[in-house]
Amino acid sequence: MSVWRGDANAGELQHFQVPQQENQTILDLVTWIQRETEPGLAYRFSCRVGMCGSCAMMINGIPRWACRTHVQKVVQGNQVTIEPLRNMPVIRDLVCDMSEFFAKWKQAEGQFRGGKSRYDAVEQLKPDTPKRRAANAAIECINCGICYSACDVVSWNKSYLGPAALNRAWSLLNDERDQHSLLRLKAVASDAGCHNCHSHQSCTQYCPNELNPTGAIAGLKRMAAVAALRGDI
Amino acid sequence: MLRPHRRHALWVAFLLHRISGLGLAIFLPVHFLVLGLALEDSETMDRLLLWSDSVLVKLAEFGLVFLLAVHLFGGLRLLALEFLPWSNRQKTFAALALAGSFLLACLFLIRAV
Repeated sequence: MSVWRGDANAGELQHFQVPQQENQTILDLVTWIQRETEPGLAYRFSCRVGMCGSCAMMINGIPRWACRTHVQKVVQGNQVTIEPLRNMPVIRDLVCDMSEFFAKWKQAEGQFRGGKSRYDAVEQLKPDTPKRRAANAAIECINCGICYSACDVVSWNKSYLGPAALNRAWSLLNDERDQHSLLRLKAVASDAGCHNCHSHQSCTQYCPNELNPTGAIAGLKRMAAVAALRGDI
Repeated sequence: MLRPHRRHALWVAFLLHRISGLGLAIFLPVHFLVLGLALEDSETMDRLLLWSDSVLVKLAEFGLVFLLAVHLFGGLRLLALEFLPWSNRQKTFAALALAGSFLLACLFLIRAV
């Protein structure tokens, strides 16, 4: 197993011999290395079951979640190469600085802004309206950063908000309770927004939760076009 | 060689669209230049037309028609992606665009030779 070691300035691949077992995940191997041979190895994980989104890394050049990636499925000639996620500054070894990723989430107005208080009755929502279905389809993002790391437009244009932030904005724009639609639409239709997307669809290809950020971004483009024609934005 | 995260059908479709666009951008000025010869230098134009009957040029034209078709169908695919309700058949659409372009280019070649 080759593991990238280094910091924000420089680094290189370090090679380890690891035991091969059945039903072994990449996270198992990284943990084995840290516990048995290299205690200084830095990496992130938490839930180990694909819920928290903290263990994402480049596995043989493809962004994946380490905890749900079986070694058998990705091993190439008895060898696996592990590197930190692309498109994010490295802090150390496999740990990236995700500040910018989350800052863009805020920049895309990714915060729910309801119009009711605790004294109002709970709003009744029909689960089968087209807008609610669109909101639900995009809502299960765990912010692992895999789509952001897979996206070449993020590499080419550092200000681009990226698939996760835009997917979140799409979910909220379809949420009938949210009161901030126009502000959000302006944010996602800006220079850094949805119109940058080249529809490579790597985000959709690699999303571990099988979400469809490309579809969400296409929806935002349509929504922004209609709003622009109406003179709203 | 494509980097691993780019090795999927729809990234290749993007690449083909970009390459075909660049290819056409290079071809079009030359095309207009040759057409302009009809007004300014008809003898050279005739020589070029005779030269364009050769098999090698016909094969190159096959490539050109393919690029034109793949850019047209690829562009329609992108317009549909962005302006029509989402469909999960994106890879199928890309494959259809490729197959349609190849078919069109083959039809051109059959008629040309």
